[in-house]
Amino acid sequence: MNDAIRETGRSARASRPWRDAQLVQLTLVRFREFVREPEAMFWVFIFPILMAAGLGLAFRNRGPGTVTIAVVERAEPGHVDFATTLAAAKGIAVMPMTLDSALAALRTGRVALVAVDAGASAVSYRFDPEREESRTARLLFDDALQRALGRRDRLTTADSVITERGSRYIDFVIPGLLGMNLLGSGVWGLGFALVDMRRKKLLKRLVATPMSRVQFLGSFLLSRLCLLVLEVAALIGFGVLAFGVPLSGPLWVLALICVLGSLCFSGLGLLISSRVKTMEGASGLMNAAMLPMWILSGVFFASSHFPAVMQPLIRTLPLTAVNDALRANMLEGASVAGVFPELAVILAWTLACFALALKLFRWN
Amino acid sequence: MTALPPPPVLVIRGLRKSYGSVVAVDGLDLEVRAQECFGIIGPNGAGKTTTVEICEGLVERDDGSVEILGGSWEHDAPSLRQRIGISLQETQFSEKLDVRELLALFRSFYDRPHDVDHVLGLVQLVDKSGARIGSLSGGQKQRVAVACALIGDPELLFLDEPTTGLDPQSRRQMWDVIDRFRASGRSIVLTTHYMEEAERLCDRIAIVDHGTVIARGTPRELIAALPKPATGAHTAPTTLEDVFVSLTGRHLRDE
Repeated sequence: MNDAIRETGRSARASRPWRDAQLVQLTLVRFREFVREPEAMFWVFIFPILMAAGLGLAFRNRGPGTVTIAVVERAEPGHVDFATTLAAAKGIAVMPMTLDSALAALRTGRVALVAVDAGASAVSYRFDPEREESRTARLLFDDALQRALGRRDRLTTADSVITERGSRYIDFVIPGLLGMNLLGSGVWGLGFALVDMRRKKLLKRLVATPMSRVQFLGSFLLSRLCLLVLEVAALIGFGVLAFGVPLSGPLWVLALICVLGSLCFSGLGLLISSRVKTMEGASGLMNAAMLPMWILSGVFFASSHFPAVMQPLIRTLPLTAVNDALRANMLEGASVAGVFPELAVILAWTLACFALALKLFRWN
Repeated sequence: MTALPPPPVLVIRGLRKSYGSVVAVDGLDLEVRAQECFGIIGPNGAGKTTTVEICEGLVERDDGSVEILGGSWEHDAPSLRQRIGISLQETQFSEKLDVRELLALFRSFYDRPHDVDHVLGLVQLVDKSGARIGSLSGGQKQRVAVACALIGDPELLFLDEPTTGLDPQSRRQMWDVIDRFRASGRSIVLTTHYMEEAERLCDRIAIVDHGTVIARGTPRELIAALPKPATGAHTAPTTLEDVFVSLTGRHLRDE
């Protein structure tokens, strides 16, 4: 009778369908947990696109553009009527104001320049030379005014205008956002899930089974790589369709950079989570690891803005390598040879993180 | 002609374990026979969980020996993992999975597992198979934990306080699950601090305090060994609870 119970409902591993393999089951669990966490979906898929849309709109190239200039005129006969004189001038919009409101508008950034009619065929400009927009306004306004009043140019000039895809801010920022997204989903995706499982004693329960630890870790990397395809496709697809961001280099190299970058950041997540027991502790460590890279590694602005002494350090950060490689590939058309040094940095970080993490990792 | 009794499934000799200066297990000896339900009872902090986790191969011992299903964790870990089932104290399973998905996951770790439906029947959760773990009651979650322990069709089952914090009804449902497992001829090591549970479920019991066994025997033997009160004031029948309190003291413990 006992044998009858033993034999009910059992199946030997040999005849097992692929769906019952532990790597498949472990990976399915990862997907289920992700899909059933709407917030995670938002941060991974929607947030980067919103960010790209916002930055793309804010820093869009507005053709030649228009700068707004406040003019303070004198109400006496014989004065120069700036507004009428400059009505046809290109690239500037002129707004008559009182001196007080003009200065207030300058302070709050609503106008780039204040032009004051100083009488006796004189004009005085008030502006902050640190503001690039103000310097441009000063030149445009002065040039237009002098010409309108009869100045003759000595040279004939001809402008031929070139607008190149790949040189706009949105072209710069989409690869940066992609790098930041790879970093975030690698570190958060692995780190939080593992710390949560340790906190709930689920890791301890799992190692009490015959579960293969290699396949357990493999399931995290496998699910990360599957989600990566969707994340990258969503953000790049948006950039290409909405802003015409170029994909100049070979796509397989782009894919390679994304896969290696994602593995590297997963390794970082694993390392960060190897000992931590609380979510608060994990949050702190993750922010400490990621925040410097968000700022230094050229996500929103080029890392060349930082002083020369910091450059060697910045060059060794994994996010710098990922961002540089993505930009070289997407904007400059680089193939593997062109991003070799970056790939080497990424690979070195990946190996170091995994080696250290596997040494330090605690299951309970 | 009588068959030889089957060899014990668990033999612990002189087991010791310290955490820093705290001695958790202090020279403990135990033997669990095949096909029996063996209870380890004792106050909080007595060393029950440490002992069980050493037997489960989750904690390293400092000294002594543990022989489990004829093997040892040093030499036979992979096969032992296949042959034992474990329910730990306070494991929280992923709330977002449903019961069937969780069991399918645990099932995938074993060489010759039960079917999910079979185990759902054993723990009486067939009608909850599609429910998210997060929506289950405490008693149902505990039975899910036991189902995860049963899915690999274990020869020896470790249950560490499987009914702590459950209402009386859920506790009785858990007892039914344990009874059904025993009826299939397997062995169980159970820790609890409910005396009526130990009395109801266990063939033999070890009372553990300060990391060592202070009394052992069948519930009946333990009760019989308790000296009767001298005065006639105590008229209620002696229970295992009386044995426990007289051996471990009445004072409250805060560990």
